[in-house]
Amino acid sequence: MIADTFSWGTFPDAIRFIWNHPHLLFDKSVEHLQLSGTALAIALLLALPIGVVLGHYRRGSFLAISVSNVGRALPSLVLIAFFLLVSTNFFWDNTAALVILAVPPILTNAYFGIEGVDRSVVESARGMGMTGRQILVQVELPLAAPLIFAGIRIGAVFVIATATIAAIAGGGGLGDIIVNQATYRLSGVVAASLVVSLLAFAIAGILALARKLLQRPYVVAD
Amino acid sequence: MSLILFDQGPVIPNFGQGSKCETENHAFCWGWVRDHWSDTLQPALLQHVKLAVIAVAIGFVLSFAAALVAYRYRRADQPIGLFSDFLYTIPSLALFQLLVPLTGLTVTTVEVALTSYTLLIMYRNILEGLRGVPPEVKESARGMGLSRLQTLVRVELPLATPSIIAGVRIATVSTISIATVAAFVIPEGLGRPIFIGITQDIFKTEIIAAGVLAILLALGADAILVAVGRALTPWRAAG
Repeated sequence: MIADTFSWGTFPDAIRFIWNHPHLLFDKSVEHLQLSGTALAIALLLALPIGVVLGHYRRGSFLAISVSNVGRALPSLVLIAFFLLVSTNFFWDNTAALVILAVPPILTNAYFGIEGVDRSVVESARGMGMTGRQILVQVELPLAAPLIFAGIRIGAVFVIATATIAAIAGGGGLGDIIVNQATYRLSGVVAASLVVSLLAFAIAGILALARKLLQRPYVVAD
Repeated sequence: MSLILFDQGPVIPNFGQGSKCETENHAFCWGWVRDHWSDTLQPALLQHVKLAVIAVAIGFVLSFAAALVAYRYRRADQPIGLFSDFLYTIPSLALFQLLVPLTGLTVTTVEVALTSYTLLIMYRNILEGLRGVPPEVKESARGMGLSRLQTLVRVELPLATPSIIAGVRIATVSTISIATVAAFVIPEGLGRPIFIGITQDIFKTEIIAAGVLAILLALGADAILVAVGRALTPWRAAG
């Protein structure tokens, strides 16, 4: 194997790699998004309802705090390795690891977003005759949206990042190129790193946009 | 399957000559941990601590300086926030690899990447801590004749300490987590035994031992920082 030299010249080489291998990078990106999307969807289904409901009843702050503290202490590589020991269905192994990483920020932010809504606002909504469900949907959720979306964003970025690492446990995706320098050379590795970074920025951007669109009816003056 | 990552020469499973437990790759072999604590696990643990401490220390100095600038000049807040947010969004393995052409497969590459992930959290927490100081408290400090610097050091920073410590805790725990990924570029840290355990042969004991050590290290560091926070803010114990 010819040793790769370390220099700025690698970046133009990486761009050339992207230019020359669009199909490879596209296929790997699709794989990457399949794994990340599945994991994020499951994490949202699990974490959002729990966080929102607990926040609404203002119960379980200990749970919300512990989940985020413990979640942060679980290194992504460790989780991926542990699940690899449990079974050898690479897709679901890695999905499970990613779900566990994405749940804490989503759950904790949803909880503190809802719980943090000014009590006097909730009281006046109740005074106006709103039911608990109406308060949740029309008052608490819109006010908590910035924090909830911030949590989803952190979760999504974690998932994209960790799906890259999952390649060493057969996760596929852009990480396959990044961990395989022997085949793709440093230019390929850097190219895939650029593409996966772009994916992360794109997801973060889409979430920011979604938040704006969802919140628009409620913004009086900004 | 791309389980073999780099050209590392012949693959020698490091449980070849071990006990029955090791050769049969049982779930967990205490014997292996005892035999390889001093040549594998302990060095990896110490390297890991070093990687994390350096990153958090440099990150703290940078975030602290940036937060002071943004506290004094509000206009600086948005660009600093956007920049640290930008760094935070780059996937860890990608950031490591993007730095490799510039700084090679070195500790510098790892530290630059780890440091950049600490900035967002510590910067935000330090700034919010400072901004959370009630204006009347600041005014009475100035009214008592304290200079701006004295107000900052004796009043604002102590009051911001809980928020600052919270930021340092999150940054430290996250850095310990991300430092496992350093094993992709340098043969150091607790990621190394995990990485070897995965890529050479799925050797369960090594993966579990190093993984559990990484988790315990993160939880232990968090507990130490909680204690430091309590020691730094004795007045909060009464309340």
